Order: sequence, then structure tokens, then C-alpha cells
Amino acid sequence: MLTIKVLGPGCANCKKLDAIAREAAANLQLDAEFIKVSDFAEIMAYSVLSTPGLVINDKVVCAGRIPTLAEVTKWLTAITNG
Amino acid sequence: MTSDHFKKESAGNASSLPIKYFLLAPLGVAAWWLLYRQLDPFSRLLTFDLIGLAPGSHLGDALQFFLYDTPKVLMLLTLVVFGVGIIRSFFTPERTRKILAGRRESVGNVLAAHLGIVTPFCSCSAVPLFIGFVTAGVPLGVTFSFLIAAPMVNEIAVILLFGLLGWKVAALYMATGLVIAIVAGWVIGRLGMEMYIEDWVREIRMSADTPEEISLSWPDRVRMGAEAVRDIVGKVWPYVVGGIAVGAGIHGYVPEGFLAGIMGKDAWWSVPVAVAIGIPLYSNAAGIVPVVHALIEKGAALGTVLAFMMSVIALSLPEMVILRKVLKLRLIAVFAAVVGLGIITVGYLFNLLI
Repeated sequence: MLTIKVLGPGCANCKKLDAIAREAAANLQLDAEFIKVSDFAEIMAYSVLSTPGLVINDKVVCAGRIPTLAEVTKWLTAITNG
Repeated sequence: MTSDHFKKESAGNASSLPIKYFLLAPLGVAAWWLLYRQLDPFSRLLTFDLIGLAPGSHLGDALQFFLYDTPKVLMLLTLVVFGVGIIRSFFTPERTRKILAGRRESVGNVLAAHLGIVTPFCSCSAVPLFIGFVTAGVPLGVTFSFLIAAPMVNEIAVILLFGLLGWKVAALYMATGLVIAIVAGWVIGRLGMEMYIEDWVREIRMSADTPEEISLSWPDRVRMGAEAVRDIVGKVWPYVVGGIAVGAGIHGYVPEGFLAGIMGKDAWWSVPVAVAIGIPLYSNAAGIVPVVHALIEKGAALGTVLAFMMSVIALSLPEMVILRKVLKLRLIAVFAAVVGLGIITVGYLFNLLI
């Protein structure tokens, strides 16, 4: 079971990232739980300086930009296979 | 792992810059330039010959202004956003923080203001960025220099000023914007206001491990530039068109010198009033510059109008509301007062000198 967190106060960029992550997980047919983290204290616990941030199983894979679908797919497969 | 990535990046980039970019870049710029040169004659042809409006008529002037300025500004914007997008791929907030952490104040303020221009920054990241900087040992005043410069001296503002008002005004805006960010940050640092940061922020202990640096290739950077164009130009074009439409209306219909009385040099009170009006107004540079252009044409003084523009962009109520989460009211008030005073000073200075 994967836990995917999107860090960000909820601006357009966070929503875009959320959509990309969901699409990637759906393409891979992964069973993932999506959590939206908008509390700043919680965001800072991941040492993220700029939002949006993407956290897969408590590991920050990307921050401060919107990754492509291909990138997210790569991260998800890397984590589920290893 | 991280040092490995750094090595790979520095070794990989120089060699991986494909030759095709050296060939394509000048070709692209040349094509852009040829097209750009045609905009003025084309807008005249369209307005006066094809549509048949008389040169010098209100509607003819307004329409030609609109048909010339809109594609011109959008073309300038596309080119610059693309270039800046590539430059920004070399800077991350993490890297900027590393540069600024532990800096002495004066040097730190200068560096922070300049890094504010090139570090990618979205206003919704103001809070995490503030916390990340302060907890990593970047002095409070240096952090403020960054936070003031980042929105104020941005590529959109500078390129629009360049396109509509010429390089001198653009350079003046950029230089004074930087000076305000440096001085205001330094003053806030001198005032020793660390205790007015919200308590919960000071209790945060950030873990030292930042996300791994991702090594980027040149195709990645070019892609990031193209994405910046799609993202930023896609977002601001309605403001540009709207702003130019308002500007065109003023250009065609408001009589020459109409604003000299209320926004001219002799109206000493107009600078602080312009700054005060600018605070609750929130617009990005794309919408405000075309209006500024038209106001100057009709007799408004440059200093007054630039002060208005800086106030709209740099002192925004929504940003203060966001910062209230990490700063106590007193520090926000000091921030607004110091920056506001800086802007007013710049406004008077321009009105005196020019």
C-alpha cells in the first residue's frame, strides 16, 4: 500500500501535481492512498522549501516544481519494485 | 549520493550541451526579430488602410495602439520568459538558501536581493520559504531582502517596462527595486525583530537532508523554459490584453496633460496617495504596466506612477495575510512601513530628477 502526499497550501500548482500523481498511480494500477498536506508545520517537517512537494511513502521525491507524468511514473515504479 | 549527483551534473552539462542549440538559438532569435520589426507597420496597415480609420482620430489612435502593443508585449514576454525559465533551472531555493545561510548582513542583503530575481518563486511558497530560510540560519533581514525583491523585480515587470517605456525606465525600475529590497531588508535586520516571528516557527527543527539534487540536461532546461512560457504567458495574457485595452482607451480618448494636475510633479501629495491606493490593489505587472504607460503619456509624473506600480506589486494585502501565519502583526506593520517609505522616497527622487 502506497501513501502519496501532495504538500502545498492549495494553489493551482498543487492541484496540478495532485492530478498528475493520481493519473500516474492509476496508469500503474497501484493501490495508493492520497493525502493532501496543507498545514505549514507539517509541510516543513519534510524540509520542503518551495511547494508543491510530492512525498511517496514518506520520502520527498520532488519539490518546487511540477514533475511530468513520466517522472512520477518512474518514481512510483522505483519505490514499488524496491 | 548527493555529492555524486553534483559531480555528474557539473561534468555532464558542459559536454551534453547539444550543438543543435547553438545553431537553433540564433535562428530562432533572428526569426523573432524579423517578425517583431513588422508589428508597427502591420498595425498601421490594418488600422488605417484595411479598416480605414483616419490617423489622428480617437478610435483610430486607440485601435492602432492596441493592435501594435498587444503582439509586441506578448512577443517580448515569450522571449524573456523562455530565457529566464532556462536561467532559473540553474537555481533552486535550496541552493539559494545554502548560499545565504550564515552570511554577514550587508553582503547577505545584496546577495539575497539579486538571488530573489533568479530563484524560482511562487507567492504560495512564501511561507515555507520563509521558515526554511530562517531556521537554516539566514538572518531575518536577509530573508526579507529576498522576499521583497522576488516579486517586485521580476522579468515580467522589467520586460513590459522595456517594451512600453524604453530601456531607461526599465533599468531605473530594476535598480531602484533592488535598492529598496536591500535597504529595507537591512533596516529590518537592524531593528532586531526576531521575537516577532511566530513562536511555532522558531520551534521547528528542520532535518538537514534536503531532497536530492536532480541533475538536469540541456534538453531538460529548454523544456523548463518552454514550460515557463506555457505556464506564465498562458496565465498573464488576459491581463496584458486587458491592461493594453485600458491603456489604448486612455491613449485615444483622454486629452493630453489631463493628469498633470493630479498625478503631475507639482502635486506633492500624489506620491504617498499613489502608494496607499496601491496596497489593497492586487495585480501582476502584466496588467499594470500598460496602464502606467498610458498614464505617463497623459501627464502623470514618472516617479508617482512607478511608486504606484511598485506598491501594487510589492505591497499586497493577500501576501501580508499569508505572511501573518509566520509573523506577528508588529513585524508585518514594520515590513509594510519600511518598504512603503522606500517606495515613496524613490517616487519623489524620480520626480525631482526627471
